Amino acid sequence: MQKEVIISGFGGQGVLFIGKLLAYTGLDEDKEVTWIPSYGPEMRGGTANCTVVVSDEEIGSPFVKNPTAVIAMNLPSLDKYEDMVKPGGVLVVNASMVNRSVKRDDIKVVSIPANDIAEELGSTRSANMVMLGALLGNLELLSLDAVEKALEKHMPQRQQKFLEGNKQALRRGAAYEVSEPVMA
Amino acid sequence: MAKELIKGNTAVAEAALRAGLEAYFGYPITPQTELLEHLSARMPELGRPFVQAESELGAINMVYGAACTGKRVMTSSSSPGVSLMMEGLSYIAGTEIPAVLVDVVRGGPGLGNIAPAQGDYNQIVHGGGHGDYHMIVLAPASVQEAVDMTGLAFDLAEKYRYIVTILLDGSIGQMMEPAELPPMQPLKTDVPDWAVRGTNGGEKRVLTSINLDPPAQEVMNLRLMKRWQEIEQNEVRYKEYFLDDAEYVVVGFGTAGRIALSAVRAAREKGIKVGLLRPITVAPFPKDILEELTGKVKAFLVVEMNSGMMLEDVRLVVRGRKPVEFFGRMGGVVPFPDEILTEINQLVEGLLTTEGHPRDRWLARLEKTIG
Repeated sequence: MQKEVIISGFGGQGVLFIGKLLAYTGLDEDKEVTWIPSYGPEMRGGTANCTVVVSDEEIGSPFVKNPTAVIAMNLPSLDKYEDMVKPGGVLVVNASMVNRSVKRDDIKVVSIPANDIAEELGSTRSANMVMLGALLGNLELLSLDAVEKALEKHMPQRQQKFLEGNKQALRRGAAYEVSEPVMA
Repeated sequence: MAKELIKGNTAVAEAALRAGLEAYFGYPITPQTELLEHLSARMPELGRPFVQAESELGAINMVYGAACTGKRVMTSSSSPGVSLMMEGLSYIAGTEIPAVLVDVVRGGPGLGNIAPAQGDYNQIVHGGGHGDYHMIVLAPASVQEAVDMTGLAFDLAEKYRYIVTILLDGSIGQMMEPAELPPMQPLKTDVPDWAVRGTNGGEKRVLTSINLDPPAQEVMNLRLMKRWQEIEQNEVRYKEYFLDDAEYVVVGFGTAGRIALSAVRAAREKGIKVGLLRPITVAPFPKDILEELTGKVKAFLVVEMNSGMMLEDVRLVVRGRKPVEFFGRMGGVVPFPDEILTEINQLVEGLLTTEGHPRDRWLARLEKTIG
């Protein structure tokens, strides 16, 4: 069984970090994983994305055209990746940063105001964790529990003070009901 | 040791260090820089020389000098930087001393871009530097394989007094995968009998690549070539996937090879009997297995991230006995598995031919898609 996730957003939104967190969780769960970032000559405020593949067997391509899931942290990411999600897949959209609805009706769309939720929890910087939580709550990929353990294990010492906040953000994302009204 | 999630560039650097790398000389260039960056921290920690040279020319000639002392040395770069090293590589080959080079290939020609590519194949495998020499070329397809090949590179370089090049591409350099790193090896203590380290009054020993007497040069050439034959006998490495009952075989190395694996699996799900041959050494080239397959299968598809370079090595073995088709992307564009699957389908459904050149047919198809 193999699943692929593309995570995309502005540089600084923590896109690469939540990708790495997924990869670390996969590693801890004895899965095969690849994590590959876009590494073009990017500039501050530009776009960033990474592709994570989690599999039970040797991974072929680390590049994926039609991923099982996409986390779109902003509008340009939604525009770029909406059409690429595999039919039946999951698209997590950051409703706080996107001013249009999703057109696809053959995928599961999780539109979640991640920035607003993160702000409510104390810091907009954990919006990425809310988004990752929302993915975990809607796709059988890796368990929330395993991701929390990986966060604890692999987060650098200097960032351990954010551990509880991050866990909270993950949980809020995972518990988010898709039917909740979407804030524009 | 436990597996860790590690970037290809960093993993190769750490593996080299643990294999007993005694001196590193290099110059930063994307997408290779993390390799140099990691060693810039780790080498001084261990009291070993790390030099960021003034250029790639400086770096390769520092490698040349340091290698003459019999120490384990290496450099690393990416395509344009490796071009600058060609003269030095030829001199090292001509002096018959071991050295390790890592080339993290990017899109080109020229400055090109920093995306993953395999366009350095001809330069690394079939020359680049002047004169009659070969390099052993290892082409890993994953971070773990890159780690394993790094230790092997030093061993092979010393065994044959050859340059060993680890041919990566930007994606293996930048990708993180779980890998198990080897334990730290103690530094080598034996001094090779050819090394120059000061005689302390003893007999003078000279290491050089200059040989003004052609017959004497030719004796040296013969020695190098005989050693190459020995390498071709002993050091071929490759990995097979689904080849047992394969009617069609995809041949691809490095990243192109692992992307092809995804396509081959998808084709297998549709009942197509296709397998994958992934050369790990592209020099020496795995000729025997390809020869064996030529007798068994219906057709080959070569997949590369260049304009069809290894393709010519495959054609030399197959020699028109079976159809060989080609698919590649160039300039830093990485093919997706579905593109390769389409090519596999065409191979199975299409009219197979041994006429003409597969590159011409591929270019005609490519022009329609990217025109």
